[in-house]
Amino acid sequence: MNFFLLSLIKAAVVAFVLLTTLAYLQWVERKVIAHIQVRLGPSRVGPHGLLQPLADVIKLITKEDLIPPYVNKFLYLAAPFFAITMSLLSISVIPFGSEIRIPGGTTWMQLTDLNMGLLFVLAVSSMGVYGIALAGWASNNKYSLLGGLRSSAQMISYELPLSMALAAPLLLANTLSLRHIVEQQAGYYLGFIPRWAVFQMPMPQIFSFLIFLIAAFAETNRVPFDLPEAENELVAGFHTEYSSMKFAAFFMAEYANMITVCSITTTLFLGGWLPLWPSAAGSNYLPTVVFLLAGGIALSHGLHPARKPDRLTLPVVAVVFFLVAAVFLIPAVQAALAPLFWFAAKTGALLFLFIWIRGTLPRFRYDQLMAFAWKFLFPVAVLNLMVTGLLVAAFS
Amino acid sequence: MDVILFLIFAAIAVVCGINVVVQTHPISSAISLIGVMGALAVLYLLLGAEFLAAAQVIVYAGAVMVLFVFVIMLLNAGAETRRGRSWMAQLLGVPLVFAFLGLMAYFVQHVFPGSAEVRFGAFKHGTAQDVGRALFTQYLLPFEVVSVLILVAILGAVVLARKELE
Amino acid sequence: MTGVPISWYLILSAVLFALGVAGFVLRRNIITVFMSIELMLNGVNLSFITFSYQLRQVNGHIFSFFVMVVAAAEAAVGLAIILTVFKNRSTLNIDDVSSMKN
Repeated sequence: MNFFLLSLIKAAVVAFVLLTTLAYLQWVERKVIAHIQVRLGPSRVGPHGLLQPLADVIKLITKEDLIPPYVNKFLYLAAPFFAITMSLLSISVIPFGSEIRIPGGTTWMQLTDLNMGLLFVLAVSSMGVYGIALAGWASNNKYSLLGGLRSSAQMISYELPLSMALAAPLLLANTLSLRHIVEQQAGYYLGFIPRWAVFQMPMPQIFSFLIFLIAAFAETNRVPFDLPEAENELVAGFHTEYSSMKFAAFFMAEYANMITVCSITTTLFLGGWLPLWPSAAGSNYLPTVVFLLAGGIALSHGLHPARKPDRLTLPVVAVVFFLVAAVFLIPAVQAALAPLFWFAAKTGALLFLFIWIRGTLPRFRYDQLMAFAWKFLFPVAVLNLMVTGLLVAAFS
Repeated sequence: MDVILFLIFAAIAVVCGINVVVQTHPISSAISLIGVMGALAVLYLLLGAEFLAAAQVIVYAGAVMVLFVFVIMLLNAGAETRRGRSWMAQLLGVPLVFAFLGLMAYFVQHVFPGSAEVRFGAFKHGTAQDVGRALFTQYLLPFEVVSVLILVAILGAVVLARKELE
Repeated sequence: MTGVPISWYLILSAVLFALGVAGFVLRRNIITVFMSIELMLNGVNLSFITFSYQLRQVNGHIFSFFVMVVAAAEAAVGLAIILTVFKNRSTLNIDDVSSMKN
């Protein structure tokens, strides 16, 4: 197929899936945190609150869009635009799956495979600091300025351990292209232990994984590092003066950053779209099994529902899951979509970890946060890189 | 295609460069300078320097300019007020700049005839592997010296900017 | 023509350098002067990379890399000096910090 047409189609599909995932990630977060806090969460708008993101979007679009006086107009309007652009840009180099057949040849499930894909991701994430710093400055408000400065200082401080933690699996993979990094993690030790970077000899990258995750929490301004935007600390920090769609842009930028960071972690450390056990042992049937299980659980809850409307909605959900499980039995679909399912499962597990930690941990004070970055995390990351380098040099 | 990309990003670079010099408030100059660096990163990609393009965005636009923006926000000194500007500087200066540029353009056209052309993809040795290989074999001593330079700069910045101990 | 003549890149580099010099000489705010220095360094970087393309060698890229590192170090120390000057003189105008006679 014509290269431009194919790229356009891929970009449209990825953008659509990303934006829908953004909206429903917010629903998942609210539900999970609610259940951690022993309450229900959104449950009124649509069955189980599934239309809540739609209601939120409508609310944010129809809110009054005011521009406070005495703000720097150009920067005030440009900052959310900048933030959302940089968050959505990194998704273009992430490999979601392996090669699939399309009418007219084959194509990879990736928008573009840059030679220096990982450097591109780092570059885009360094530019993401400006959205927040300029938003804080342009709002002409001391709380916004403080929040913006603190948040940008936090982001650039944690970029260092992030980059050091990224460099260690690169020593094992020997390439900067994200597709090749995943391909380097193929294969199995002893026939059943996957060669993902967290398990790879000569140095299992478990410390790099942990350091990268912690630095990623700080980069995306998530709990426990979310002091700059906490509601009870700084009157909502750098986005105090923003309303309606501009606030929605910052919100979306934060969730998009979360998704991007989880995808990068999956690609670098958890083997991307590679299955946990060899496909000869039936890993291609996992999607079917998972959807059958989910359908079974929904059906069993639907037969003895806790609330009256669930007598209708839960069996419908169960039927949908059974249909998807059946679709995954078709060999063509299985070959194409099983890697995508594994990628989505791993990324989803990491996103659940982000949400779980938000519901559980208290937040750091700002000086504790910065001391943790410079006095603990950065030296540990450098030490980890040195040990990895020594072991790779000794054993190759 | 190469020509169109070059013209667009060269125009962005020049317009942002003029903006850096012309704007009164330092924050607008800083944003325009970020624009120049972004446009230059694209031009480096056209010249086959992919590692340098990424380094330009990560180091220059993403760290050095953040430092500038922080200092401007912290000092908050406001827009620059015009003082007595010497008319001689403006009368002589502007034509001289154009004369200098005209001279440079003539000499450059003379020395590099139009047959030397930059095509995207003609130079494939700007990858991270090639830069790394040269950096760690042929240019190892400057690399180590530059690390000491960075250490000295960090120490200097920390010492200069800290509060006085009463 | 399918490519861009090399001379165009060099002229762009000269234009950026000239703009940097103009900013350095004409502006009175010390931070803007600093940014003009960075503009000059960027112009020079473009020139290095263009010549590296022309000679088909990677050495120009290494030079450019070192220029970036030196610029970063210089920006860090220079901005620290600016902070100290501001703390002592409360002004960022370079005409006002001159305490020598005339």
